[in-house]
Amino acid sequence: MITVLFFLSSGLFLGWSLGANDAANVFGTAVGTKMVRFRTAALVCSVFVILGAVVAGHGAAHTLGRLGSVNALGGAFTAAFAAAVSVLAMTRLKLPVSTSQAIIGAIVGWNIFAGKPTDLSVLSKIVGTWVLCPILAGVFAMGLFTVSERLVRKSRVHLFMLDAWTRLGLLLAGAFGAFSLGANNIANVMGVFVPVTPFPDLTVNGYVLLSDVELLFLVGGLAIACGVYTYSRRVMETVGSDLFRLSPVTALIVVISSGLVLFIFASQGLEQALHSLGLPAFPLVPVSSSQAVVGAVLGIGMVKGIHNIRYIVLCRICLGWVVTPVAAGLVCWVLLFFMQNVFMQIVAK
Amino acid sequence: MKLFDKTRQLIEEIEVFYDTVSEAALVCKTGIEYFLDREPLRLSERVQQMNDLENQADSLRRSIEHKLYSRMLIPDVRGDVLSLLEASDNVIDWAKKLLTALDIEQPQIPDALIKSFRELTGASYNAMDEMVRATRSYFYETEMVNDHINKVYFYEHEADKLEDQIKRKAFRGEEFTELSRRVQMRYFAERLANLSDQAEAVANRLAIAAIKRSI
Repeated sequence: MITVLFFLSSGLFLGWSLGANDAANVFGTAVGTKMVRFRTAALVCSVFVILGAVVAGHGAAHTLGRLGSVNALGGAFTAAFAAAVSVLAMTRLKLPVSTSQAIIGAIVGWNIFAGKPTDLSVLSKIVGTWVLCPILAGVFAMGLFTVSERLVRKSRVHLFMLDAWTRLGLLLAGAFGAFSLGANNIANVMGVFVPVTPFPDLTVNGYVLLSDVELLFLVGGLAIACGVYTYSRRVMETVGSDLFRLSPVTALIVVISSGLVLFIFASQGLEQALHSLGLPAFPLVPVSSSQAVVGAVLGIGMVKGIHNIRYIVLCRICLGWVVTPVAAGLVCWVLLFFMQNVFMQIVAK
Repeated sequence: MKLFDKTRQLIEEIEVFYDTVSEAALVCKTGIEYFLDREPLRLSERVQQMNDLENQADSLRRSIEHKLYSRMLIPDVRGDVLSLLEASDNVIDWAKKLLTALDIEQPQIPDALIKSFRELTGASYNAMDEMVRATRSYFYETEMVNDHINKVYFYEHEADKLEDQIKRKAFRGEEFTELSRRVQMRYFAERLANLSDQAEAVANRLAIAAIKRSI
């Protein structure tokens, strides 16, 4: 069990850092604008992240498995560790970074090290969603902003009543965003461990309560929740004011837009519904919640006037698409080499 | 829901506060008219009424301010709302001071100045009334704020002109021989015009606050 926990620790660390940073994308604007208390945000966020991970985390994890099925626990540990180290190092260097992009780079790094082929069609699909993610969030935000502006103007709702509705909306949208974050990003945290999950099914009287993968995702979800409680407060309090000065209503729009984007790239139900209607479905891929938030904020900026757009932010996102996976892939390759040749661990079968 | 019940209660208090400001403006106007009609007893009644309204407005303002802070409501525009409430409360304070001064000093307004004083009272009252309308619009429909603000500016400008006119008549006319009475006329003209200046101060704050309120 200790060995299992040791090998899972890199994923748990990644989960903790996701909780500390990415949870701020969901509730940061609400806490930053002082519309929702941190304690409430942390509780709702933790509960719904875990729910999203356990209930709807399979889709995006499955796509990661198709990119590269890391078939040894040592390899999975190293891939997750490489992603975590890359995220940490790039954050320290103040470079744009996303956990989703780091883990993809690490998996490709493992593929190269293990001599396994990388499915380029899956990889291109994943990279395509990285570009699509902020654009889609921006489009959602533009639409929602236009509708909300008209609605607020026409409804003649009192300033205080608008405040009350916005608070409620932020809490509900935050819960939805947290659920989507759990569903979409659990693949980053625990995706590489899926083929080598060390857990048995959790059964009660022969009835499977949680499958082995769900149990793995539950552990990952708990690590994210731990990150939310221990480290996300400061990030939440600054995220609202760092990027753009948001009003509570625009904060709500940002949360809904980014939550929607995370949801459509994670929901198997939506995928099936679109397929049944004969429509092309969105690929189930872990995407960056930070970039979804930036996309949504930029979308609002575009509606408010083109001069509001900070092009430097756009350049940093594009830079992150290239630098993060390449750095994580390189780190993963080097660490796998050491793991195999110095620590004599099996990293690939 | 508890949140919505408390919000409705607060909205009610704000409404009552601005009803009080509106009523105080009306009481001030009628009080001055009674004074100009030389009905000192009815003026005294208005002074008493104004004292009650001022106390009521003060306690409402304090209660609203306390609730806004303790419940952490409207964090983005809380400062604007508080400064609007305080500036609106100042209008009542000035109106009360004016009526009290008239009641105590009972200055003798010569017939030649009565009409100008009546017009000045009307202009100041209109400025205060439009100020209340502008503030109510701020809470419900910000695009209407500017319409009312422009009217406040108009009446304030009118009041300034009438104030000048009274001062000129008081100092250049033949109605008074004593300097003290000329100065007393100037004092009351300034006090009366000051009500529209206070309304203008609220309007200035509103103009900025309305821009900030756009989502």
